[in-house]
Amino acid sequence: MALLDGQKELSKNPGSSDSRLVKQKLGFGCLTLTTFVTVIPIFAVVIYILIKGLPAISWSFLTSFPFDGVKQGGILPAIIGTFLLTLGTAIFSVPLGIGAAIYLSEYAPESRWTRVIRIAIINLAGIPSVVYGLFGLGMFVIFLKFGTSILAGSLTLSIMTLPVIISTSEEALRAVPQSFRVVSISIGATRWQTIRRIVLPQSLPGIITGVILGLERAAGETAPILFTAASFFLPRLPNSPLDPTMALPYHLFVISTQVPGMPVKIQYGTALVLIAFVLGMNLIATTIRSRARAHRQW
Amino acid sequence: MIKILIEHLNLQYSDGKESLRDINLEISVNAITVLFGPAGGGKSSLLRVFNRLNDLADVKLISGKVLLDDTDILDPKIDVIELRRRVGMVFARPVVLPMSIRSNLTYGLEVMGEKQETKLKEAVEKSLVQAALWEEVKDRLDEPAVSLSGGQQQRLCLARSLVLKPEVILLDEPTSGLDPISTGKVEASLQDLKQTYTIVLVPHSVQQAARMADFAAFFLQGELIEKGIGKELFINPKDKRTEDYIMGRFG
Amino acid sequence: MESTKNWNEYILTRLIKISGYSAIIFVLMIFYFLLREGLPTIGEVSFVSLISSRWYPIEEYFGLLPLIGGSLIVTLGAALFAIPIGICTAVFIAEIAPRWARDLLKPLVEVLGGIPSVVLGFLGILILAPSLRRLLDLPTGLTALAGSILLGGIAIPTIVSVAEDALDAVPRSYRDAALALGATQWQTIWRVTLPAARSGVLTAIMLGIGRTIGETMAVMMVTGNAAVLPIKWNSLFLPVRTMTATIAAEMGEVAKNSTHYHVLFFIGLVLFLISLGINIAASTAVFKQHMRAERILS
Repeated sequence: MALLDGQKELSKNPGSSDSRLVKQKLGFGCLTLTTFVTVIPIFAVVIYILIKGLPAISWSFLTSFPFDGVKQGGILPAIIGTFLLTLGTAIFSVPLGIGAAIYLSEYAPESRWTRVIRIAIINLAGIPSVVYGLFGLGMFVIFLKFGTSILAGSLTLSIMTLPVIISTSEEALRAVPQSFRVVSISIGATRWQTIRRIVLPQSLPGIITGVILGLERAAGETAPILFTAASFFLPRLPNSPLDPTMALPYHLFVISTQVPGMPVKIQYGTALVLIAFVLGMNLIATTIRSRARAHRQW
Repeated sequence: MIKILIEHLNLQYSDGKESLRDINLEISVNAITVLFGPAGGGKSSLLRVFNRLNDLADVKLISGKVLLDDTDILDPKIDVIELRRRVGMVFARPVVLPMSIRSNLTYGLEVMGEKQETKLKEAVEKSLVQAALWEEVKDRLDEPAVSLSGGQQQRLCLARSLVLKPEVILLDEPTSGLDPISTGKVEASLQDLKQTYTIVLVPHSVQQAARMADFAAFFLQGELIEKGIGKELFINPKDKRTEDYIMGRFG
Repeated sequence: MESTKNWNEYILTRLIKISGYSAIIFVLMIFYFLLREGLPTIGEVSFVSLISSRWYPIEEYFGLLPLIGGSLIVTLGAALFAIPIGICTAVFIAEIAPRWARDLLKPLVEVLGGIPSVVLGFLGILILAPSLRRLLDLPTGLTALAGSILLGGIAIPTIVSVAEDALDAVPRSYRDAALALGATQWQTIWRVTLPAARSGVLTAIMLGIGRTIGETMAVMMVTGNAAVLPIKWNSLFLPVRTMTATIAAEMGEVAKNSTHYHVLFFIGLVLFLISLGINIAASTAVFKQHMRAERILS
């Protein structure tokens, strides 16, 4: 009987479960609302640009040069320019970044110097993009005398992209079970053989995902290329890495702020192409990541 | 005949775990030597001295002599890679490499630079036969190794260690995760293999130790308490601590 | 055969080690160039002048206060709504959302983080600023408020992903213990889980703010670029100019090695040091989180 009384006591408790549950329902509702606030703009942005930009998209828009200032015609040079800059960034940042990741994951001891490296990487990640632009200007354009060029822009973007590639690649390498390495060593393989034959192939999807995400950011950045590579209107495509180039983000910036009488349709079209490029890369990276997870042999 | 001679071996890790104190032991050729005792006794550490796998861990101090035939394997100048090919190892949990069954077996040869198809095929078949696995997988050699059952995977690991034709095989609780039938198959293979190889086994139970040991050594907290011929040690242990452990009074 | 293989492996290992240390080299290089081109400011412009409130380079007025104030007010405004929304969204995704919703929301938020800032600035000019102008009856929509809203949108994805990871990392046992004691899920979140993830969430906030301070294009396009000290009560509704926008806007027009040139690099140096500070603070918090977890779990 005492037990039954006690049970009754519990349900009569002040601050009873009822009011707490009401509070919880309210709270959950708020959080859901907040999440919508975060998520809806994403859809809104993409869909809006899609709707307003699609009318401008045509084969000639994508493959011809602008004329009449830039108020008519296409954006081919900007597309090519962004493509070249992304390629240049990849050439410098991918080997360096993956190499650094391999060092941190497979070779580096837990020492003071390794901590310094990690702090340096975190710092590179946090430097404002415009400061990268300044650095690129001072170092590559002026000091190394590359001038405003694809080379200078790519080098600047590479250093900026390095932290992303290093951290995602390191994570992918570390995810490979340690037991594989131990077994490989016990059969008489060297550390590098173990990396080349087991660790790297198993972490490749993760590394590729990280590389694509890093390059996607580099493709969309304006400030680092403002003073190092970008030119507003070039009559010809660049024919050497030392030439300046047009680029999609820079182009969008100029036509939306500095060209009076710029047709709005073309502005949206340019924005659409840029978003499509960037989100397309995102989609590829996400697909690689989820397919790799499904096919893992461990 | 002695294959491995251990003299005054001392080993300390930076975190103080699993140390070894003044170990003196002889491992006989073509026999199964069993290292047994409660957890933390240093048996796994000793095993990893034989193929210098403890180089991967944080070793603070190691001294003494460990002679494999006539070479002191603790000498920093020796070719560790070569040593690991002479001394093979099977781990407690079956660790198959994320590749096909065939590739798991040819891995050791490929990192040596062996490229001849015929040699590789021969090695694959021979090692699988020795591990009593050939009949079960001969038609599935290109399937991923993870598709095998636990017991099959462990026998694959045994086969993998045989491919390089080592002189010594080390096994660290190789049947701890396996069902009794798979355990029986592994133990049977070891009894066959001891005629060609020197085997050092850390068993996962006293019963397994008693079943398998030609020679046995009892370890307690880093010290070698007693060693001797298997049958004698288990029937008539000389040290009380050995007897207590065998009788299950502690563990 | 063996010896060439050993030689190759040796060279490769050396290269990998160099890649590992490259991050340190780059940080030092950037610091050096900023110093080299920015430090002459101290000789050329008096300290008093630097902390004055007039930024008018054409007439040699280099007061940094309006720019610092601009960056501050825009960042503060962004933080004010990005932090609560970001954390609430992170809580929703980590604690309340069902599996399928989580798998949808996480990549979605990443997508928002991937939208180039120039695109957001572009939409800001065409949509946000005019809306603000109409809604709030302002002379122009290009204000600090517009900048804050855009910056908040840029900071939220960072805050959400890092905070969500931190919440996810809180061991199940904490939640289970609280629930077993009779707490509701709501109470568990706010009294147990969130405090346990405190340092990770703090890191998320710092990284988000770091991104905000360093953002260039979006602010440059919507804040109106008037270098005015934002100390009036309604400064949020007036145009301002940030440090980053100043560099981006004026670098193209300066003569090399002029005082103006040096001052812009000096501003870059200040930004570099600010982000250094934030990142060191953020990474110390992360290290502390690891050590705390180790202490609690042992």
